[in-house]
Amino acid sequence: MGHRNAVYRPYAQAVPGAYSVSKKDKSPCTTACPGSVNAHGYVSMIGEGKYKEALEVITRTLPMPGVLGRICPHPCEDACRRSEVDSAISICTLKRFAADQVELSELEIPEIEQRKEKVAIIGAGPAGLTAAYFLALEGFQVTIFEALPVGGGMLRVGIPDYRLPPSILEKEIEFITRLGVEIKYNTRVGKDITIDGLLNDGYESVFIGVGCHKDMKLGLEGEEDVEGVIPGVKFLRDAALGETKEIKGNVAIVGGGDVAIDAARTALRMGADKVSILYRRTEAEMPARDEEIEDAFEEDVDIQFLRAPVELLQENGKLTGVKCIRMELGEPDDSGRRRPVPVEGSEFVVDADILIPAIGQKTDASFLQEADGVELNKWGDFAVDQVTYQTSREGVFAGGDAETGASIAIAAVGAGREAAISIARYIKGEDMKEGREGLEIPQSDFNPIPDKMEKKARAKMDRIPMEERKSGFTEVEIGLSEEIARAEANKCVDCMVCCECLECVKVCGAGALTFETHEEEDRIEAVEVGSIVISSGFEPYEPSKLDFFGYDRHPNVVTALQFERLLSASGPFEGHVVRPSDHKEPKKIAWFQCVGSRETNNCDNDYCSSVCCMYAIKEAVIAKEHDSELDASIFYMDMRTFGKDFEKYYDDAKNKHGINFIRSRVHTIDPVGDTGDLEIRYVREDGELVVDTFDMVVLSIGLETSPGLKELAEKFNIEMTPGNFCQTDSLTPVATSQPGVYVSGSFQGPKDIPQAVVDASAAAAAAGQNLVAARNTLTQTREIVPERNIIGERPRIGAFICHCGINISGTVNIPEVLDYVRELPHVEYVTDNLYSCSQDTQATMTEIIKEYNLNRIIVAACTPKTHEPLFQETLINAGLNKYLFEMVNIRNHASWVHKENPELATQKAKDLVRMAVAKIGLKMPLKEAELAVNPTAMVVGGGLSGMSSALSLARQGYQTHLIEKADKLGGNAHSLYKTWKGENIPDMLSDLMGQVQSEENITIHLNSAVSNVEGFVGNFQTTITSGNEEEVIEHGVATLATGGQEYKPAEYCYGDDPKIVTSLELDQKMLNNDASLDDVDCAVFIQCVGSREPERPYCSRVCCTHSVESALELKKRNPEARVFILYRDIRTYGERERKYIEARKAGVVFIRYSLNDKPAVALKDGKVSITVKDHVLGKNIEIEADLLTLASAILPNRDDQLAQMFKVPMNDDSFFIERHAKLGPSEFATDGVFLCGLAHYPKPIDEAVAQGQAAASRAITLLAQGTITTNGEIAAIDPMSCSGCGICTSVCPYSAPSLIEEGRFAGKSEINSALCKGCGLCVSSCRSGAIRLNGYDNDQIFAMVDVA
Amino acid sequence: MSKDVIGSVMVVGGGIAGMQSALDLADSGYYVHLVEKSPSIGGAMSQLDKTFPTNDCAM
Repeated sequence: MGHRNAVYRPYAQAVPGAYSVSKKDKSPCTTACPGSVNAHGYVSMIGEGKYKEALEVITRTLPMPGVLGRICPHPCEDACRRSEVDSAISICTLKRFAADQVELSELEIPEIEQRKEKVAIIGAGPAGLTAAYFLALEGFQVTIFEALPVGGGMLRVGIPDYRLPPSILEKEIEFITRLGVEIKYNTRVGKDITIDGLLNDGYESVFIGVGCHKDMKLGLEGEEDVEGVIPGVKFLRDAALGETKEIKGNVAIVGGGDVAIDAARTALRMGADKVSILYRRTEAEMPARDEEIEDAFEEDVDIQFLRAPVELLQENGKLTGVKCIRMELGEPDDSGRRRPVPVEGSEFVVDADILIPAIGQKTDASFLQEADGVELNKWGDFAVDQVTYQTSREGVFAGGDAETGASIAIAAVGAGREAAISIARYIKGEDMKEGREGLEIPQSDFNPIPDKMEKKARAKMDRIPMEERKSGFTEVEIGLSEEIARAEANKCVDCMVCCECLECVKVCGAGALTFETHEEEDRIEAVEVGSIVISSGFEPYEPSKLDFFGYDRHPNVVTALQFERLLSASGPFEGHVVRPSDHKEPKKIAWFQCVGSRETNNCDNDYCSSVCCMYAIKEAVIAKEHDSELDASIFYMDMRTFGKDFEKYYDDAKNKHGINFIRSRVHTIDPVGDTGDLEIRYVREDGELVVDTFDMVVLSIGLETSPGLKELAEKFNIEMTPGNFCQTDSLTPVATSQPGVYVSGSFQGPKDIPQAVVDASAAAAAAGQNLVAARNTLTQTREIVPERNIIGERPRIGAFICHCGINISGTVNIPEVLDYVRELPHVEYVTDNLYSCSQDTQATMTEIIKEYNLNRIIVAACTPKTHEPLFQETLINAGLNKYLFEMVNIRNHASWVHKENPELATQKAKDLVRMAVAKIGLKMPLKEAELAVNPTAMVVGGGLSGMSSALSLARQGYQTHLIEKADKLGGNAHSLYKTWKGENIPDMLSDLMGQVQSEENITIHLNSAVSNVEGFVGNFQTTITSGNEEEVIEHGVATLATGGQEYKPAEYCYGDDPKIVTSLELDQKMLNNDASLDDVDCAVFIQCVGSREPERPYCSRVCCTHSVESALELKKRNPEARVFILYRDIRTYGERERKYIEARKAGVVFIRYSLNDKPAVALKDGKVSITVKDHVLGKNIEIEADLLTLASAILPNRDDQLAQMFKVPMNDDSFFIERHAKLGPSEFATDGVFLCGLAHYPKPIDEAVAQGQAAASRAITLLAQGTITTNGEIAAIDPMSCSGCGICTSVCPYSAPSLIEEGRFAGKSEINSALCKGCGLCVSSCRSGAIRLNGYDNDQIFAMVDVA
Repeated sequence: MSKDVIGSVMVVGGGIAGMQSALDLADSGYYVHLVEKSPSIGGAMSQLDKTFPTNDCAM
């Protein structure tokens, strides 16, 4: 929705926060140019109105922009992708436009380090001039030897003035000579100088750029001596040099190239009566530029096609005419053009006083002498190496027409530059070829051309009036106007995205963007690793494929991800929710669920994407927060809020926020005229068709695996699921089919953030398990700088004032603050930084602290919340205690809040720094206690997740005590039959139990319970009671995996008849292979028994899948059986959805009921009768069942005592509360205590196992450190002043203070430094003033207040 | 266990899952190569405005 430049940072808080440049393949216009001129770059600059910058781009490779802008046949335009929309951009004309706007002399001469080596260049044509330019830029002393009295070669004497005015050429030659290049005119090689001679005269190298100035002959009798036959090149040269001024009579020209046309138009201007061109092929084959041919026709040049001269007619040695023959086109020749064949007997005569053969040129190499040692190729041109342009003689180079035969100027320019590079390297003794033999990489990855681009006409230059044209040599074409030029340039489709104008290099003060970094390309690096974790995420579903939503047609149909950006303060409208079409605030928004999920008709994603219901509700709620009047509707099939606390959020959205939930799948969106509004039609549950209009529609798009990731999986030979996610087993939920390769996040299946974070930690545990022997072998330990003792020193304060770019300095007057701070007491050093947080500033700060022997540091910058640890690190590196630091937030508190009042902001900045100076002088070094971590773990609960957790810990080398209250391990898994993936649970269970029992690092305590917990993170002493025996176990960490249990229903006549069972009881029958199951003719399942009820407002997550599985099993046993599932929403999330589809296909009948109209169960004559209102028929139906299964809720095994002992909280439903719902799902806020399994929330086996491993991983991060350090800024009690009142022990939320039990200070309070969080509650509660908070001492605070 | 075990892990993808895996591994004593195709880490979560349940900023 927003526009992004080629240089961008993904978002303001990106980590790393650096900008990047996005580049696709090189723009085709640039690659098509033989002179490698960056057409994309200068076209972009022209579009921006930056003409000088455009010329800077051009002159990086071409020193003659105005010349080539006039005469180039522009291969760039043939490659231009704009022609896919309408026509190629007029690139060449734009180049001329740019050159016309700016005097080249205004471009700065770069600093050149002069060298003493001399280089000779023969020929001042485009190749020679270009070579001279680039050699001069390298500092070489360059002399050009030119045979003619003028410079430019063919540009001057081959191209007529009306196409290229000499003044333009002269200015551009001056642009080259201003670098110190000397041109010696009238100096002919072979006559005045020789190549060998130059090399002997101290020139290190010679470049031959003599061009092709020798005309090819027609091969007709008398051609050499009949008066009136003038070769084309000579004719043009004489005209250009003023040697021929006028001609009379009829002129015939033979040829079809630029020279022929140029000669014709020149002859016309010099007074010829009639000018004819005789060309042996047709117009289509004519090699001259199309514009030129058109011009010639306009000027009444008689171009005759399919004609060839056969004889010169003369009278007295003077030409009178040419006998010609008509031709016809035969078979194509080597050049691919059809060969002209004479038509017998078709001769005719053309009257002509002058005949100008213009059928081609050759290189005149007659100047070569044996001593030169330079060889020619078979065409008589100079033979060179195709990369270096070096001839057969070392140090002698050649390029341009002299090397290729007659070609275009831009090719000569390219050759001149390449030769210059070689010559520079040759003289410096470097490898001339290195890095230059470019591989042919197919260029195809370009910026896509947007659909529906408006077609525009190609810009064309105006021409001077015809009378003026024919009568003189005034330039015919008039350049473009600025308006037209910029519009033309702005048609560019930016193929490469970045146009490499290199403006960014100019402005980057940090030196991060350089010519070199701009050239950086992808490279392949090989690293050796012990394990791999693939967490490459998902790709959002692209909804344009679902045509009926019109996502790509209607601007106000957006994806949910786009809507997130609309909501965001850092989004395109800065958090102001407006619709894209007209930026009006939407008053009515609809969300459509299951776009690209649960959909097999229009796409292949049969799975549920698991997250969309929840994010749609969240978006609707937040949109309502933006505008409480908003009418928000969510259209859905099943509301799948199965995560922890999700159901409550759903209930609140419905009941508190008034969001409409409409159960319907919408299939049509129609725009309402051009209002931007959208009309939708849907069928309500009662069958009625509703038409409604919305301001905006949000598509709740699903999650997919990207094609790239699929390829990667294939490369790794990783087994995939039918939904294209990574295949895993329930007991190894993060292991791929490839040993050593693990998976985390949504590559394993569509999942929400908490589950992705759980899996991520689990994958870390699994990936580390095989590498235990190499733990800490590759990690790097930072060198510890010894801390300087500053006790007894008077304060020497260093203050660093930050500009934060312009964030602070834009408002606060930094120099004034600096002057002020310098005068404050004890301030020894003051400086300002552009960015205090940048890496180089940190290094400088360290040096300054040492150099000035500073012992207190103040940084006045942004917020300590984000940056304090960084600066403290700098202090440590400088040998200072990290608490001798004070950070002043002059950004948030001064420049930001007082943006409108800079004076006030500056004053406040001074005030804040003054207070910090007063405080810091009194600060003293603080010690952080280092505590050893006992490398032993305890896991409470021996179910699947507990066992998995214990196993992970043990395999990473830690002694683990597994505490289980029952007499065997396994927990609920003993009652389960099969996983949804079809795995047999008893087999899995015995496998896992076997692994746990044989693991030597695990000690199993059965029939045991925790009866007491002492200590804190790293050092717990826990008492285990088993019968009458007690054992104290010392351990560093604890994981609570206390599990859950099945709710025993009080409803639906449960317990009154053996035909009414719970899900687990049905599983037991299946485990027992109960034969009665084969005889079940009618089975009914009732879902949400005890779940999603007012007293238990959560979804038990597993029951829908479980019942679907069981229904399928019953159908398998008796295909004739009638099976009904009575449900509220089917929540077979992820790929479990496929089971649901399978059940429907197998004939399982799904009947929906609502919470206020639940099914009724009655026992009649020994039969179980269920009455339910069918949502389709709207009528009650009665089913007599042989088996009624109640899918009952999962309850946690609530244990208040255990929770209290470990100081961990529980929610209203008695599940444990994790540290953070998303980012800390497997750990408690209490340090060193972790959680997993059903005690956290209901979950299936794979997720319980994953969380067990995740809890282990989190615990291992502590255990592997070996020690933990406590905070230095904690409370301390002076026992002499303490009255022992004990108030501090009661107010502390962390139980840090306690009364000393024995010794000299018995009865007084003391602080446990490991438990204290430094909140200061006890300090303010102490009546005796015995408690102080280190780092925030009373005297420090008072000092601040005194100067405030 | 064989001696030539390599104590480093490559984590492919720097989204919320990749970052969490990388942090856990690094804190557990393994060198981590975190490979991310875009110029910054954070993945899809960094595009989200706010997140459930507290409607906290996703950044």
